Amino acid sequence: MPFHSHVLANGLQIIGETSPSARSVALGFFVRTGARDETPEVSGVTHFLEHMVFKGTPRRTALDVNRDFDRIGAHYNAFTSEENTVFYAAILPEYLPQAVDILADILRPSLRDDDFEMEKNVIIEEIGMYEDQPMWSAYDQAKRAYFADHPLANSILGTVESIRGLRREQMHEYFSRRYVAPNITVVAAGHFDWNDLVKLVDERCGRWNTGPIGRFGIRETHGSGTFKVITKDKVTQEHVFIVSPGPPADSPLRYAADTLALAVGDDSGSRLYWALVDPGLADSADCSFHDYEGTGSFYVSMSCEPARTEQNLQTVLGVLRDVQQKGITEEELQQAKSKIGSRVVRGSERPMGRMQAIGMAWTYLHQYRTVEDELKAFDAVTLDSIREVRQRYPIDHVTTLALGPLPKLHTPAGNGRSK
Amino acid sequence: MPAEIYHHTLANGMTLLAERMEHVGSAALNFLVPAGCVYDPPDRPGVASILSDLIIRGAGERDSRELMLALDNLGLDRDESVGSMHTRFWGATLARSLPAGLEIYADILRRPHLPDDEMDAVKALALQDLQSIEDEPRQKVLIELRRRHYPPPLGQDRRGTREGIESTTAGDVRHFYQRLFGPAGTILSVAGNIEWEPLRDQVERLFGDWQGGDEPELKLGPQPPGQEHITKETTQTQIGIAYPSVPVGDPDYYAAQGAVNVLSGGMSARLFTEVREKRGLCYAVWASYQTFKDRASVLCYAGTTNERAQETLDVTLGELKRLKEGIAPEEVERVQAGLKSSLIMQQESTSARAGSLASDWYYLGRVRSFDEIEAEINTLSPEKIVGHLHRCPPQDFTIVTLGPKPLKLNDE
Repeated sequence: MPFHSHVLANGLQIIGETSPSARSVALGFFVRTGARDETPEVSGVTHFLEHMVFKGTPRRTALDVNRDFDRIGAHYNAFTSEENTVFYAAILPEYLPQAVDILADILRPSLRDDDFEMEKNVIIEEIGMYEDQPMWSAYDQAKRAYFADHPLANSILGTVESIRGLRREQMHEYFSRRYVAPNITVVAAGHFDWNDLVKLVDERCGRWNTGPIGRFGIRETHGSGTFKVITKDKVTQEHVFIVSPGPPADSPLRYAADTLALAVGDDSGSRLYWALVDPGLADSADCSFHDYEGTGSFYVSMSCEPARTEQNLQTVLGVLRDVQQKGITEEELQQAKSKIGSRVVRGSERPMGRMQAIGMAWTYLHQYRTVEDELKAFDAVTLDSIREVRQRYPIDHVTTLALGPLPKLHTPAGNGRSK
Repeated sequence: MPAEIYHHTLANGMTLLAERMEHVGSAALNFLVPAGCVYDPPDRPGVASILSDLIIRGAGERDSRELMLALDNLGLDRDESVGSMHTRFWGATLARSLPAGLEIYADILRRPHLPDDEMDAVKALALQDLQSIEDEPRQKVLIELRRRHYPPPLGQDRRGTREGIESTTAGDVRHFYQRLFGPAGTILSVAGNIEWEPLRDQVERLFGDWQGGDEPELKLGPQPPGQEHITKETTQTQIGIAYPSVPVGDPDYYAAQGAVNVLSGGMSARLFTEVREKRGLCYAVWASYQTFKDRASVLCYAGTTNERAQETLDVTLGELKRLKEGIAPEEVERVQAGLKSSLIMQQESTSARAGSLASDWYYLGRVRSFDEIEAEINTLSPEKIVGHLHRCPPQDFTIVTLGPKPLKLNDE
């Protein structure tokens, strides 16, 4: 499928993959800024700003923004991660001009005082919603424990206190610094005309400020190796995260890491599935690989009846140690590869999936990756490349966090160390 | 472009539906077997769910491990889920692996081992599934809302009860399987890059001689009381509201869809605008339509901090009651744009298409064409939607709340 790229005079990057057989087009504005780029005084500002972007501009009230998107039947939203803030819409091809107009307009928000104060309530509601979901709380706390003094430990939502204390000027300062043209990539995939897109984006974004970009604290970490129990009487199951180091997003080893995670902890037919879920010892036990700029990590998550936690934790560590020492089998490798191949193909069949994939590849690698490139890279994973991942990133070098009714848990031998 | 949709009814009553999508490399399959949790024996709530797990633990020539390995080697992502009326088997993979996948599904549906020695593990998982709802207050309130909104067993949750799960034996599960698994009422739908004739021949060969399974009967109990508060120490109060609507196939069906979308069809829809955007009362608020063959409802949800829960409930109910007073043409235009774009984007997803084929067939006995649905969307107007709301106004609310304190209901 044809790929195009263009940089505007102010540094804003545009990329696109056209696919004439698609029925729709997906459009995304990727801002390379996230929770890791925040200082403690403004904890949560990236995510709060993502909300404020929808609250209007000199040309549009908040209601106008929502109405204009709905008028073209757009499927639209935004998300904030540790490293990226992404605004996106899937639309029918004829509405591309309107979609560019709305997205470009809202990325220069007014940040009006009354909207700012009102939206604080919504953010605080969102924090409350996650607080009532122990699996999410456990994930957030586990990240904090693992990354410790690394910027990736920063909370995406912030706290009720940090949000209440945030001033509009602080957000404006953050916005002016981080939403500069060279820090933004406009990504399109699906049925659209490339020249039209460049023209539309240039008209709407060509005058955006330029400025220095970058990111502090890009470094690898193997985690704190701590073992922490957070007691919550009202929670029913025990929710456990076991985090260990992995390769960064730009490492060629990421394909092997993804494959390894699948063999260890996919939701069916994996090592953890057979050890814990199949026999009914845990209601979930998964492993996934997350890559970031400069570092990466494997997350094992497990939830089970509190009384079984200690035993199950030993089992998880046993699986990780065994994988660390002996690796996986050729059969497991092939199985993981067939699953990945099918997921890559299916994930690429809709413009929204392709837009996200090429946007992320560009953000982390400054590279266009076709579906075939990705399939080939996964196909090239061998037991040797998986051995290299294990050698450089010991999967049994764990940081553990448990959240649930248990008052305490015995620290298993070997937590934090790899033998 | 007209879709290539195919249909074939086997002599034993099983239905096969397919849609060819030649621009994709994958295919999705979807079996609906009329063995939903409403058919759980009254003293064994949870049996359908137990069966949906046990049934994949060995079938045909393969034991549990071999079966999962065979599915994994096909790169088949799958899910077995129990709904009110059906047990659903969903799978998706590369189109070229679909025929091999169907062979395995024929074993699972027709020749499952249902082994005794896996029962303890399956029951332990079912109990944990039930228990984990306590850590998911949003799901919990919706489960309790459905339970109180419909006469039993229609609103029953698939997870069953602790007593039901604990007392279930492998014999109970096998009996449930024999009673309900069969060709009559079973629908297989496939969408993706498939060839119709080989598919039809393969399905004939795999399922043509399948027999058994009763047309199950359902006796409904009395309507439960409509209001309830569940006390729980949570940060947020969860609010669930349900009221009657009209089912698929009713002449007012599209008007009913229109009404729900005026409430909740996009971020400029009424609930999001009034409850979240103007008042900042919550993060999540929505309404959605749920249908059975003979009845349907609108289910609404809002989650909000405890101090603001009363206002959230009052404002949400106010919006529901206000709906029939009038709808602006602009609101209907936005609803139409949203419905049309969803309709078109659905054409890009094999799973969405496979799901739609099967549900159309179940509710209507036919598959609606793109043009038919588009024409119906085009006829929506404020008058049409308000007309429906006068015939079927939002009222007789079932309200379930969950949080530290009960809320007041201001009946007028």
